[in-house]
Amino acid sequence: MNELGVTVNGEPRRLMGPATLLDLLARLGLDPRTVVVELNREIVRRPRLGETTLADGDTIELVHFVGGG
Amino acid sequence: MTGTVAPDTLTDAPLTIGGRSFRSRLMVGTGKYRSNGEMVRAIEASGAEIVTVAVRRVDLDRTKEEGVLYHLSPDQYFLLANTAGCYTADEAIRYARLAREAGFNAFVKLEVIGDRETLLPDTEGLISAARTLVSEGFQVLAYTNDDLISALRLEDAGCAAVMPLASPIGSGLGLINPYGIRTIKRRLGTPVIVDAGVGTASDACVTMEQGVDGILMNTALAEAQDPVVMARAMGLAVEAGRLAYLAGRMPRREVAVPSSPSRGMLE
Repeated sequence: MNELGVTVNGEPRRLMGPATLLDLLARLGLDPRTVVVELNREIVRRPRLGETTLADGDTIELVHFVGGG
Repeated sequence: MTGTVAPDTLTDAPLTIGGRSFRSRLMVGTGKYRSNGEMVRAIEASGAEIVTVAVRRVDLDRTKEEGVLYHLSPDQYFLLANTAGCYTADEAIRYARLAREAGFNAFVKLEVIGDRETLLPDTEGLISAARTLVSEGFQVLAYTNDDLISALRLEDAGCAAVMPLASPIGSGLGLINPYGIRTIKRRLGTPVIVDAGVGTASDACVTMEQGVDGILMNTALAEAQDPVVMARAMGLAVEAGRLAYLAGRMPRREVAVPSSPSRGMLE
């Protein structure tokens, strides 16, 4: 077990590792089917979320569709 | 893209973009509504099949709130993601790839903005982003200005549709350059969808009368006093304008021609 410092949507977060992107979504209360995940500027496809492990210093963006013109 | 009207049914040919066909020539945005309920009712009243959505960070403090897809089912509507808020080609490309990853389709309404006050497109960035996204297999619908040359370049870049503005986004000024829009429609083989600036039903009707293939609007509905009623008006206006165009209007004249016979007047 180790503590990780990551940035999620521009905000610093600390969490206990090892953790995958799927773990992160679960901790944030997000449904992987409604969120698109970018890790260090690369999109991580949904099937890979559970096998992508977070590292200290990672930058994660979680986006979804919102109303817009 | 030509249309024909079956005389007994007065129905138009479908709108086809990027290999997909649609009955309605009215597309609507999902932004700025006072409530989700009003948004859903207005979109239903409009008859639109294509709705645009934006791509934004999840608000991590409000993860329990329902997103736009809770209110508008991807089974019922064709979701067209936009790259609103992007000011560079790289930014727009990034957003388009994220949108595609959401998994609904590979269509994108491409916006690369050049100026915050007018939200006019950055043509250079737009064409560059369009080329990249087309090469990645996207169906690109490009939001552009009313300039023919930009439209031609976007067509050359392989865009599935070119979307010239009627007037600035959210301005409600209507169609300020009918000549420019008519010229674009006359010269392009790619579908032309007017996007931005439509304010009321007459704007939509006049725009369709120029011969364009469709209209995208958002603020005209969201900021109407009654969006649902305005949405119905817009649906009718788009149909009316389209039929008037297909019917082939009478010529304009600078002099009068009487409608009643000249012969048979009393002495």
